[in-house]
Amino acid sequence: MSAIEKSNAKAQVRASYLDALVQAQIEELERDERVILMGENIAIYGGGKLVQRFDAKRIWDMPISETSFTGVGIGAAVTGLRPIVDLTIASFMYLASDPIINQAAKLRFMTGGQVQVPIVFRCCMYYGAGLAAQHSDRPYPLFMNVPGLKILCPSTPADVKGLLKSAVRDDDPVMLFEDTKLWPTKDQVPTDIDYLVPIGKADIKRPGKDVTIVAIGAAMRTTLEAAETLAKDGISVEAIDPRTLKPLDTETILNSVAKTGRLMLVENAHRICNVSAEIAAVVSEEAFDTLKKPIVRLSAPDVHVPFSPALESLLFPTSEKIIAAVRKLL
Amino acid sequence: MALTEAQKRESYRRMVRIRRFEEEGTRLYTAGKIPGAYHASIGQEAAIVGACMALRNDDFMTGTHRSHGHPIGKGADLKALMAELMGKVTGICKGRGGSMHLADKSVGIIGESAIVGGGIPLATGCGLSAKVRGTDQVTLCFFGDGAVNQGTFHESLNMASLWKLPVIYLCENNGYAITTSVARSHGQPSIAKRADAYGMPGVAVDGQDLRAVFEATNEAAQRARHGDGPTLIEAKTYRFDEHQVGLFIQGTPYRSNEEVETHQTHRDPLTLYRRVLETEGVANAELAIIEKEVAEAVQEAIRFADASPMPDAGTLYDFMYSHPLHDAAARVDA
Repeated sequence: MSAIEKSNAKAQVRASYLDALVQAQIEELERDERVILMGENIAIYGGGKLVQRFDAKRIWDMPISETSFTGVGIGAAVTGLRPIVDLTIASFMYLASDPIINQAAKLRFMTGGQVQVPIVFRCCMYYGAGLAAQHSDRPYPLFMNVPGLKILCPSTPADVKGLLKSAVRDDDPVMLFEDTKLWPTKDQVPTDIDYLVPIGKADIKRPGKDVTIVAIGAAMRTTLEAAETLAKDGISVEAIDPRTLKPLDTETILNSVAKTGRLMLVENAHRICNVSAEIAAVVSEEAFDTLKKPIVRLSAPDVHVPFSPALESLLFPTSEKIIAAVRKLL
Repeated sequence: MALTEAQKRESYRRMVRIRRFEEEGTRLYTAGKIPGAYHASIGQEAAIVGACMALRNDDFMTGTHRSHGHPIGKGADLKALMAELMGKVTGICKGRGGSMHLADKSVGIIGESAIVGGGIPLATGCGLSAKVRGTDQVTLCFFGDGAVNQGTFHESLNMASLWKLPVIYLCENNGYAITTSVARSHGQPSIAKRADAYGMPGVAVDGQDLRAVFEATNEAAQRARHGDGPTLIEAKTYRFDEHQVGLFIQGTPYRSNEEVETHQTHRDPLTLYRRVLETEGVANAELAIIEKEVAEAVQEAIRFADASPMPDAGTLYDFMYSHPLHDAAARVDA
């Protein structure tokens, strides 16, 4: 980064979501020598830049031992480092879930605050890629039910950069779920090395007045496409990206629902007990009186992600489905 | 390297501290003053203390659900440990951990995991951390014979060997994973021998012999500090009590009364080490003073724990996060 860019906090570059992720890691590795990166085959998907730039004590290529290298990261975090553990495919989170849940999430509490676990767990979520059910999951709803974890799922390059940097600087375990559909998408990204997006703060991606749509991850792009089409018919959508799933910024959502009186929830995770279910419950509990119509949810059904493209394409909310559902909601 | 004269006395003191603490704890548990489950370390004192005596104050340790002996073996104060057993606010974990989780960070313990095998990767991570930070700290990882059959054992020892991490993997092999014997659960009953598969030294020692455990651990610590990597030590020991106090096991006994009595009579690590110290010229009167002081310290810990208050309801959400979250704390179901 040049001195000119550094001096200008508002400087921005156009970058992809994946580039923003890599840049955030480069900046944090350079800023703080306690930050290390651990994962399998790190040189793939942009990681080559990290391998070239930092020595072997900062970048740890892991054997295929997801459960234990996750635990290794936790032990390192407790004893003075700030690891970023890259678990690659989100389905591998199940292997890593024991140390994440039983150790990382619980150690601070169970030791009465004697230890802290500043660690970031990254993973990416494929779908629509013909990878079949063992490589196509969105397991974040499972972890939502675990106290002690902070969970991120941003949808823009700037947000992923700012949130990953906040996660590395946080003293508690943070999980980052990246939607691979978003990796190639480009947008403006601040170059300030201290550009941070606060954990726990939603963002209104499109202001509107007729209906509130809360969408997660890549579903936000689908939602914005639908909102654009609906605007041509004079229907005004307010699109909210929670960015952080836990702690959830319910205040921003409730304020919007108070204004629109209509709520739609869109996400690609399976329908039962997903984030939309939690948001629907909170809004029902706290703002039932402001709702003009019942809450509508669009999610993947309770079926595994099939391999055949003919079947997989049926699973996820599309802008057409969103448009049709909004018209019914009005 | 042998124990110094001061270390010998300190070793005996710590073993007696574990024994008296556990005896009193068992009594209090049975009397209903300690909630939850109680897993006593009686019989395993030499394996614990012998290993801990080879460590420095700034070294790290991880332990297991049978957690009381580890902090005492590493030199922790008894008061906060006893208070923790009773769920008191003055407990070492502020009443959030209890019997299976007596982790005392002030003596280097980062966690006592009740998930069997859960501490093994964490200890390996402590080793990785020392390497990255460029210190010569070593990590002592306690686990049992049951944990050897977890995947974390295999994965972690492979990584520690690959990167020559300064970790001592110390198996307290007490012969039984609750009721399942090593013979009924290990394809390779020699735990030390498993080290060969990972390319690291594996040593089996008599876990009832404090000196043998100390010497093996001390050698492993020296090797780790010099950058020569991890060691697997199998300390063959024996649990005198049931897996947990008061556990009722139906059907055919998994071990005979004769087996237990033989160990209690002939293989008690305290008796064995006391005899060694007497042979080496430590006066009986001096040992008796240690025993008396320990008994008083345990009683003082009980008085402290008894007098301490329970945690206040308003502290329910404490220690969850470094920076309290607005959301989780605010919403409690009606």
